[in-house]
Amino acid sequence: MRLTGALLYLNNVSVIFDGFKALNGLSLVIEPGEMRAIIGPNGAGKTTMMDVVTGKTRPDTGEVLFDGAIDLTREDEASIAQLGIGRKFQKPTVFENHTVADNLLLALAGRRRAMATLFAPEDRAEEERLEAILDTIRLGALRDVPAASLSHGQKQWLEIGMLLAQDPKLLLVDEPAAGMTDAETAATASLLKEINKTRSVVVVEHDMTFVRDLGVKVTVLHEGSVLAEGSLDQVSANERVVEVYLGR
Amino acid sequence: MLRHLDARARLLVALVPGLALGTLALNLALPPEHALHVPTYAISLLGKYLCYALLALSVGLVWGYGGILSLGHGAFFALGGYAMGMYLMRQIGSRGVYGHPTLPDFMVFLNWQELPWYWYGFDQFWFAAIMVLLVPGALAFVAGWLAFRSRVTGVYLSILTQAMTYALMLAFFRNDMGFGGNNGLTDFKDILGFNIQAQETRAALFFASAVALALGLAVAAILVNSRFGKVLVAIRDAESRARFLGYRVEHYKLLVFVLSACMAGVAGALYVPQVGIINPSEFAPANSIEIVIWVAVGGRGTLLGPVLGAFLVNFAKTWLTGAMPELWLFALGGLFIAVTLLLPKGLVGLAAQIRLKRGRLPSSHRVPAAG
Repeated sequence: MRLTGALLYLNNVSVIFDGFKALNGLSLVIEPGEMRAIIGPNGAGKTTMMDVVTGKTRPDTGEVLFDGAIDLTREDEASIAQLGIGRKFQKPTVFENHTVADNLLLALAGRRRAMATLFAPEDRAEEERLEAILDTIRLGALRDVPAASLSHGQKQWLEIGMLLAQDPKLLLVDEPAAGMTDAETAATASLLKEINKTRSVVVVEHDMTFVRDLGVKVTVLHEGSVLAEGSLDQVSANERVVEVYLGR
Repeated sequence: MLRHLDARARLLVALVPGLALGTLALNLALPPEHALHVPTYAISLLGKYLCYALLALSVGLVWGYGGILSLGHGAFFALGGYAMGMYLMRQIGSRGVYGHPTLPDFMVFLNWQELPWYWYGFDQFWFAAIMVLLVPGALAFVAGWLAFRSRVTGVYLSILTQAMTYALMLAFFRNDMGFGGNNGLTDFKDILGFNIQAQETRAALFFASAVALALGLAVAAILVNSRFGKVLVAIRDAESRARFLGYRVEHYKLLVFVLSACMAGVAGALYVPQVGIINPSEFAPANSIEIVIWVAVGGRGTLLGPVLGAFLVNFAKTWLTGAMPELWLFALGGLFIAVTLLLPKGLVGLAAQIRLKRGRLPSSHRVPAAG
């Protein structure tokens, strides 16, 4: 039974680490097809929020529903990934010893069971999808290069490509522009917009220029709950936001 | 599945029994006074090394590809050895010192009246052969299931496996365990009806060890070259990434750990009839650490490396413990430090490094980074 039309629905979620409330009654709704930017000072609970959604951390209280019906607090990382939630880490995390193509191959939706990876034959359809993703992330020329020898920006894109290969309904992206040049940052923004045409995206970001480039609804987190929500201009005008975050 | 056996692996798989046959020819066909004659004691010694090589391969598989540094593989080896030893004990029959038709000597000595239930079936070779795989496999399954499910990794896992082998050693030292206490199992007479001391039997055991190693290499090559192997390396290098891609990391680790334990069990089972004894010292924690050194010397993340390392280190051990016995442990420790500092990728890695310097490294051959 669908309890909500939202793709991701967090209601009154709290996470307490040793008495510290990392999330404090956080409520957040992401609609299907939406892209949302989440900003907030360090310690606001952005990463903990992602940990809760992807099954790394179990909330102490509150509801987390995916696709209106699935209670994510009962699932582990692997099954949440298989349900269709992809996560990009802040530090680019790819399989350094594998080639670019193998990194994508391992990410392609489908085979996950140990026995299937051992016995099932390779298939053509996978090969075609792999080529399409290589085009999207512009790493086609580097397909047989070990991921370890990619530049920082290329690794970020490879990781985004792996998330695409996973074919998720919802993508959680943690600071994709960190450590990128201005040109790379702009390219990443357009890549995310391209991705958003077919799936929902949640971006956690510090870089205000990048958030402006995205041009989407912004949620400001502070001390584990939502401080403000709206367009970037609206939240920038909010006095509380200015006080705790923009600091001007 | 056989498509995963690449040319390199096929060569290796064919080479091992081939070399073994050649060595045997030099042992059996040539008269003892011939310059190229290989004496029977050397066949036994090489047979022992082949078992060690299979054991090293099993550790190389979990450590080099799965990133699971097991310091307890000696336990799986010893359990396989005990399963074979129990079969060999039952084959003695009434030829023991006390002449009891079913009870092994040590049980008569302890005034036991009947065979413990867990010795039933070991008079049959097929039963013992199944136990050689089943007992180490089951232990690895239980230990691995508990550890991997709770996400015990790195040094904690190593300590856990070390504790496992130590606990087994203490248990097997006890007389009332029914495995011969600190004397273990020995005085074997025959195997499958053949005299275990005969030159031909020794030759057959040696060749069987070579075939077992070749099979082990084939299984390992299929495993690491398949998609499964790629996932395994992915888990080794970035476990949480693999998890967030939807892979159940614990299943992959468990499968390779159990398979590796079975491989170690087979190595132990072939080792015991060739050395003529199995006792609890095989469970000693230091033994398991030594296996890891073989793998480190040969090269992690390769299939040839562990085999090479097992042969070289054990050859050095045989020579040095004969020439300067008091120096061996220092030499072993020094070797480990030297390899860790100077050859993080082992001897096989060194060869790759040299080729890389000459700019001839094929892109398919990459040795994973240390870590």
